[in-house]
Amino acid sequence: MLILFVLIVLKHIFVLLSCVPMENKNLELLEEKFQQKIDQDIKIEPNDWMPDNYRQTLIRQISQHAHSEVVGMLPEGNWITRAPNLRRKAVLLAKVQDEAGHGLYLYSAVETLGADREDTIDDLHSGKVKYSSIFNYPTLSWADMGAIGWLVDGAAIMNQVPLCRCSYGPYARAMVRVCKEESFHQRQGFEIMTTLCKGTLEQKAMAQDAFNRFWWPALMMFGPNDADSKHSAQSMKWKIKRSTNDELRQQFIDVTVPQAELLGLTIPDADLKWNESTNHYDFGTINWDEFWQVVNGNGPCNAERIEARTKAKENGLWVRAAAMAHAEKQRERTKQSA
Amino acid sequence: MEKFNYLLRLGDDSLILGQRLAEWCGHGPILEEDIAMTNISLDLIGQAISVLNYAGDVECKGRDGDALAFLRLEKDYKNLLLVEQKNGDFGDTMMRQFLFDAYRKLLFERLQSSTDKQLAAIAEKSLKETRYHFKHSAEWVIRLGDGTDESHKRVQNSLNNLWRYTDELFYVDASDKVLTKQGILPDLSDLKSLWLQEVNTVLDLATLQIPTNNWQFEGGRKGVHSEHMGYLLSELQFMQRVYPNMEW
Ligand SMILES: [Fe+2]
Ligand SMILES: [Fe+2]
Repeated sequence: MLILFVLIVLKHIFVLLSCVPMENKNLELLEEKFQQKIDQDIKIEPNDWMPDNYRQTLIRQISQHAHSEVVGMLPEGNWITRAPNLRRKAVLLAKVQDEAGHGLYLYSAVETLGADREDTIDDLHSGKVKYSSIFNYPTLSWADMGAIGWLVDGAAIMNQVPLCRCSYGPYARAMVRVCKEESFHQRQGFEIMTTLCKGTLEQKAMAQDAFNRFWWPALMMFGPNDADSKHSAQSMKWKIKRSTNDELRQQFIDVTVPQAELLGLTIPDADLKWNESTNHYDFGTINWDEFWQVVNGNGPCNAERIEARTKAKENGLWVRAAAMAHAEKQRERTKQSA
Repeated sequence: MEKFNYLLRLGDDSLILGQRLAEWCGHGPILEEDIAMTNISLDLIGQAISVLNYAGDVECKGRDGDALAFLRLEKDYKNLLLVEQKNGDFGDTMMRQFLFDAYRKLLFERLQSSTDKQLAAIAEKSLKETRYHFKHSAEWVIRLGDGTDESHKRVQNSLNNLWRYTDELFYVDASDKVLTKQGILPDLSDLKSLWLQEVNTVLDLATLQIPTNNWQFEGGRKGVHSEHMGYLLSELQFMQRVYPNMEW
């Protein structure tokens, strides 16, 4: 009896002692398996095991993307009521509606990671989670609708096409759908610019002015230089990110400069020139002070954008409450009649 | 001339309400409603394009849909007073939409049998969209009316404020009578009673009351608008007025 008791105690001690290292070992094994899946290009799905950091990084990245789609409705929404003809009004409405749809798919993708949509939105309003800082610049003329479609949706495509191969399944699939629509947006923007550049002197000047204002902020959309990008290396390893900021930025410049030349627009960068030896365009220094100021809330329209979104939510509270109360009443009624 | 006049009424209702709904873009109470209201606005602008282009053809003075949409004086817009009213809160917007959709659904059902083939085709296409708009706005009126105390009070108030513009939905003048004789306009004499039935069914479910004061306003159909109209037009016409005679 005593021996048995001693044995049991010993066993417990052994189990207790072995528990901690065993767990660590398990975790390492899981992480190793996880990385193997990623290396073999096997998609990670919502119910699969994933490291907590992977989950958190994705929640941050996808919710930033979702917020960018939704906040992005505001600068373009600013010109729908002033669109110059009925066809342009309809096309712009359709575009902004697409962006709201993108926001919706992306919020759903965030939810597959266990984050609540409303909490995610509150993080936008409190400033905890950012959105693309391009949307903190004002839209001052009709030509801005052209510049945004062409440059901003163009840069978004550059960023998002590689994400169609992202390791997280729901995000990758959302990106496939989003990218198709983004390329339509980019074409309509370029078409607006083409019409303006073929138009009167006033129209051409309007296009050049919009280009001057949006060119540098568009280049900033790719984020800080690789050397200063704190999340890049791990994200590349996890295939959440598939090209570096600088690679994407260079690719964007190389594609966009000839388009600007085709339009007859002057690129607002005295240092921009083709480099025979690298086969790329060299370009001037980006104003990173401006970039960080805008990211940190000091852009021309940061306050207005957040205010508009917060107000939309606050003004909608009674509407949501009504919808919920009505649904509850309906449930009660069906219960009673059953 | 009568046909041109009628097409302006039809096209302007779509244009002005589409313009109003577009103001919601990015500010809706939930993202799903941003999508829905943008979509309805888009349908209405689409209707305005086909109706006003046709009106331009009928007029034969070289004006196209854009010239009609952007370059008329306020008194020449023939839309209902109802559709130019401000968006107000979400309940005001849904109530305005509901009262209008119920009317347009019945109207397009009838216009499908117009002897004017093009008008009949426009009506057929627009009816499909309008049925969806009506379902959407009626469901919201019910949710808000039969929701919380606050939402009930708010949307009852919306109904009280908008009811005065509803008689104008059934405005008829000598010009309509000419079109009815020609068969371009089908018989619409029972439209109001059908509309009242539809509206009452929904308002009952929403536990809302038609206001007892039935004093009514009209004027839009004759080009006499409310104070809001000038501001709406100054935004709508801004580009065409500041940069005349250009391609966009
Ligand atoms: Fe988008
Ligand atoms: Fe887009």
